[in-house]
Amino acid sequence: MAVLQIREAIRDAMREEMLRDDRVFLMGEEVGHYEGAYKCSQGLLKEFGEKRVIDTPITETGFAGVGIGAAMCGLRPIIEFMTFNFSAVAFDQIINNAAKIHHMTGGQFHAPMVFRGPNAAAHMLGSTHSQAFDTFYAHIPGLKVVSVATPKDAKGLLKAAIRDPNPVIFFESEVQYGVKGEVPEDEYLIELGVADTKREGADVTLLCWGQSVAIALAAAELAQEKGLDVEVIDLRSLRPLDEQTIFDSVRKTNRAVVVEHGWPYGGVGSHLIARIQEECFDALDAPVLKVCYEDLPMSYAENLEHLTIPQPSQVLEALEEVSYRG
Amino acid sequence: MDGQTRDLPPLTEGLKAASQDELAHAFKEMLRIRRFEENATRAYTRGKISGFLHLYIGQEAIAIGTNLAMREGDRIVATYRDHGFALAQGCDATACMAELFGRSGGLVGGVGGSMHFFDRDKGMWGGYAIIGNHVPLAAGHAFAAKYLSDGKVTICFLGDGAVGIGPTHEGMTLAGLWGLPVVFVVENNRYSMGTPLGRTLPVEDITLRAQGYGMESDRFEVTDPFQVRDRLKVAVDRAREESKPTLIELLTYRFRGHSMSDPGKYRTKAELDGFRNRDPMEMTRRALMELHGVSEDALEAVDEAIIEEMDVAMASADASPQPVPEHRFKNVYVEE
Repeated sequence: MAVLQIREAIRDAMREEMLRDDRVFLMGEEVGHYEGAYKCSQGLLKEFGEKRVIDTPITETGFAGVGIGAAMCGLRPIIEFMTFNFSAVAFDQIINNAAKIHHMTGGQFHAPMVFRGPNAAAHMLGSTHSQAFDTFYAHIPGLKVVSVATPKDAKGLLKAAIRDPNPVIFFESEVQYGVKGEVPEDEYLIELGVADTKREGADVTLLCWGQSVAIALAAAELAQEKGLDVEVIDLRSLRPLDEQTIFDSVRKTNRAVVVEHGWPYGGVGSHLIARIQEECFDALDAPVLKVCYEDLPMSYAENLEHLTIPQPSQVLEALEEVSYRG
Repeated sequence: MDGQTRDLPPLTEGLKAASQDELAHAFKEMLRIRRFEENATRAYTRGKISGFLHLYIGQEAIAIGTNLAMREGDRIVATYRDHGFALAQGCDATACMAELFGRSGGLVGGVGGSMHFFDRDKGMWGGYAIIGNHVPLAAGHAFAAKYLSDGKVTICFLGDGAVGIGPTHEGMTLAGLWGLPVVFVVENNRYSMGTPLGRTLPVEDITLRAQGYGMESDRFEVTDPFQVRDRLKVAVDRAREESKPTLIELLTYRFRGHSMSDPGKYRTKAELDGFRNRDPMEMTRRALMELHGVSEDALEAVDEAIIEEMDVAMASADASPQPVPEHRFKNVYVEE
């Protein structure tokens, strides 16, 4: 197996799909000559030319819409947002056009495409550049939503997302592009909607995705030292959601904690907790807890940002609390 | 007929140049739209149609003239005032009315309603009701045409009220920057809902914006469908042959309110009468009578046949059942 960074795994996924299918193209700010603000498209312009690796002006609603309009004609666009924070100005295109076109037209049209880019807080970017959009997009029927934490998952899921006939929101992270991991040499796809148990355990189920996977795994190590055997489930896909894997785990451990890069109010984590209590109430030995951002706009200052983002130590406290320890 | 005594405007060059067959076809198609819309009005009043209903009465010559400028495979992308375009493109009148009724036989199976007419096979690519958000989509259709070199042209309509909103600006920017085969047509009916343009546009001439987008432009008062056909054809050819976009502003007028809930009290009777006098559909009727000697009885017979067609369409639509309950789950995702 090759060891790649996440940014390289993303580049390889796009490259392989562009080689496989002429209809696939990449469009976004700085994706071509600059090779990506985070270098996820390194070498692609040189290999595929300006027809298929397209630099745009700063016009998120414009190029998101162009992508949707092109997808409706049978092309397979990959639209890169330099950060999902900028997708806020393309929100209408995504929720009103991409998500609804198949339903609204009685099935006459569909939008097979990927919107990808970094999501959630990075490091000291301030409030407008540190938001998690998971909940906003996972809320919308018609969209699929993926969030990746490892190079292997990034490549396999992105290739599957590009081939998916529906619009897929694909979340990456600025602080994780350099994360390294083993990636199979042979071609592989990872099905959307299948969670991955990143660590098996018997005592508590810990749900995470995207940036919170690393926090969860760190917290599980801390818990191990205290004699708690934590099962870490990386959801990978928020829509469709692999509920069966979640419920099976909770019925085994009888306890669950969610760790989330996102705000507490009405979030993905809240949805997970609602579904667990609906389906696994009799199996639960403790209320399901959630560790997430504080309910605040993100501050720039390093110490304040650190306090706002969930830390492994806080997750450990939650794990101990649902286990009636500590 | 008081038409004899009114001071009617002279027949236009477009009408004079058209053959009797062309005039008869255009007149019939415009009248079909008008009678359809009048039936929709009645159905709305009787509670058969709910939600929003925006009528095309007064603007029919644009949809008909545009259809005549298009080629097979070209695409119309319209606003929520879309019934006229659908009918002009040859969409089934029963399916259109059934869509307004929310029935299973509707153009999109009853899930879209008045503002979301789509019929891919007829070149009717929407039907968009978030102002301006279809402009980047139309640019995207044109992007695909250029990418695939398939020679298809997209004609995107927007209202005068849509020129200030962001997506319009961004879609036109990209179309100009990338030389996309698209024609943007602003239907300026002089009111952004109830607000006259003097209170919505910083500069009256919308086509002045074309220069900033690197586009050619055209601007004219709509007089008849043949003028629309000929002027649009120049832009359609430019798109197809040179892959260049164009911005066109058509000055027109709707005879009804913005939607059914709008009595249109912001307009005077004199203004309305002035526009009715040069209603492009009536002008076309006059051309048939004055230039080709078609009798009033013959035109009356055309009208009666259309009224019959539209009444049958309305009855057929009413006979179409509501969608089955399970239908709401369809088409949320494409299942492989």
